[in-house]
Amino acid sequence: MSDMSQNASNLREGMMASMSKQQIGRVLAKQGILIAFAVFMIAFAIASPKFLSVDNVFSVVRSSAIIGVMALGVTFVVISGNLDLSVGSMMSFSTIVVLDLHDKLGPALAIPAMFAMTLCLGAFIGFLVGYLRLNSLIVTLGMLSAIHGLTLTYSGGQNMDIADKEGTWFSVFGQGTALGIPVPILIFLILAALLGMVLAKTPFGRKVYAVGGNGTAATFSGIPRARTVFYCYLISATCVATAGLIQASRSLGSQNTVGQGLELEVLAAVILGGASLLGGSGTVFKTVIGVLILGFIQNGLLLMGLQFYVQFVVTWIIIILAVWLDIAAKRGKLWSPIA
Amino acid sequence: MKSGAVSKALANGAIWGFIILQLIFFSVAGEYLSLSDKAFMDWENMLLLLKQSAPIGIIAMGMTLVMVNGNIDLSVGATFAIAAIVMLDSMTWPIFAGLGDGVIPIAWLLALTAGTVLGALNGLIVWKTGVDAFIVTLGSMLGYRGIVFMFNGENPTSHLNWTLVDFAEAEFLGLATASWFLLLVTFAIWFLMTKTVHGRNAYAIGDNREAAVNAGIRVGPHMMINFAIIGFLAALSAVVFYSESGSVNPNDGQLYELWVITAVVLGGTKITGGAGNVIGTFGGVIAIQLLRKGLGHIGADTSTVNLVIGLILIAVLFLDRQLNVKGKEELKV
Repeated sequence: MSDMSQNASNLREGMMASMSKQQIGRVLAKQGILIAFAVFMIAFAIASPKFLSVDNVFSVVRSSAIIGVMALGVTFVVISGNLDLSVGSMMSFSTIVVLDLHDKLGPALAIPAMFAMTLCLGAFIGFLVGYLRLNSLIVTLGMLSAIHGLTLTYSGGQNMDIADKEGTWFSVFGQGTALGIPVPILIFLILAALLGMVLAKTPFGRKVYAVGGNGTAATFSGIPRARTVFYCYLISATCVATAGLIQASRSLGSQNTVGQGLELEVLAAVILGGASLLGGSGTVFKTVIGVLILGFIQNGLLLMGLQFYVQFVVTWIIIILAVWLDIAAKRGKLWSPIA
Repeated sequence: MKSGAVSKALANGAIWGFIILQLIFFSVAGEYLSLSDKAFMDWENMLLLLKQSAPIGIIAMGMTLVMVNGNIDLSVGATFAIAAIVMLDSMTWPIFAGLGDGVIPIAWLLALTAGTVLGALNGLIVWKTGVDAFIVTLGSMLGYRGIVFMFNGENPTSHLNWTLVDFAEAEFLGLATASWFLLLVTFAIWFLMTKTVHGRNAYAIGDNREAAVNAGIRVGPHMMINFAIIGFLAALSAVVFYSESGSVNPNDGQLYELWVITAVVLGGTKITGGAGNVIGTFGGVIAIQLLRKGLGHIGADTSTVNLVIGLILIAVLFLDRQLNVKGKEELKV
């Protein structure tokens, strides 16, 4: 709905045919992330000829796929005005569970069983945040710790490994290729297209924006706020389970802390994509761009011969600049009005 | 009696009731389950508990201030690690070679300055850009951790100074050095929050920023000072802890923000700001440490501790909401 009114006001200004300074600011605010992405790609491509080779692009997107898949689900949660800090430890959980069940039940049963268990966790969080209306930051912080404990208990503190690593078709999700494209990339793109459609083109998607934009107003308009938030967490859990599947299938064995800290990278990608933590804004497409920016920056810095850890510092600066410029364009002033 | 009064009393007292419950539970359960013969409520055990609470506790006092102010700081774990590295590494710098043990106060000063500057930087960014503190400190959590790793890769930074170790292991009036620091910091922040203008303004800003601005309070500098204080306290926590251990891994301090925020929320501080006090936080810190120690005492492993703490955090949030919502008009959906 906010999109519509914004389009209307854009149109009005267009009719007045005056490219005011404010309008340039608005264009920058709407498309700033794409412009930044383009600038980055060009700069790195000039600096290193290997950067834009097919091999390199594939390897970057493939390694971003796990973060990316999780970021898709977190986008829904963030747009609905909540946070999900538990995705990292939830991914450890699903990775460990699917690896464990693989040897016990066989892969064909292990995968749905793992999805079911991860969805239970997602439903629990969704119940707490959606129906009981508890603060999502604290709930998911608590669940981060609780699921970590659950994973350690489940695995008995041991690393999980598949016994027969050669003779299983399970590795297809992480290592296979279809139509010349690595499967993780395919999963990421298909899921992104699917969830992008859900968010942009369905009544449910509009409800998510409405709930995040103004929860009280949404309730008065007859939108089931609790149920919408609940579904957002279910979508997030589904994405986490998919990411866990890719991770498990790629390595066929795992430590039980494999997802630790990923929640922050995921959130960084979503924020970088321009989703507001207050809810109500952001798109799946922009999140994908955010994920790719993080992936390509990491790769570009390595190709330029910089230390691996420099990327953390660069990510820090980029996140703050991105959010700052976004806010600055919206309020029309660079510096905050805080006295 | 006003409807909020019961819940308020409970919020203030509940954490201590919880601590007493834990003490009883672990003492009784320990009789049957514990492998050691020593009672849980042993005096020495409790003193050790206070000492072990210090690293989290010292930071939690700063977090109370920042959260009452309506902000949050996720970068404390990384600041903790940076301060530890600054302290341990600066003692080996050639310019200080001739000083002998005189290097200790200099190293402490450098580490505390580093922490204060990093905290103030967070505050400055929050103030000047208007970006939410959650995002700013989420970013600097990554950035500061990156700096830690850039310094020495994945290798630990170590330097043992025996004078320093003796100081850290010393006891005064029966309490270890770290315990003294925890008590002093608790008192100092209590004083700051309840007896000074700055503290009163911090509450006002967290409760209603708009009203605070209208009342002529300069919001920005107050927030920046609070961030500088939590940076200083994260560094102080590191300085006290690593004086004894003498070796810091680049991953040290990870998830500290989780523990600290858990303690602060358990202690009754509102996540949205405007309410909370350090005495409650002190109770929260003790409660968490008691839980870790108690579960260890009855033979549960660390995974159970994580599970239980996570669920307790959610349960507290739930109870708190149930108590606070009562009597208020709540929109049923």
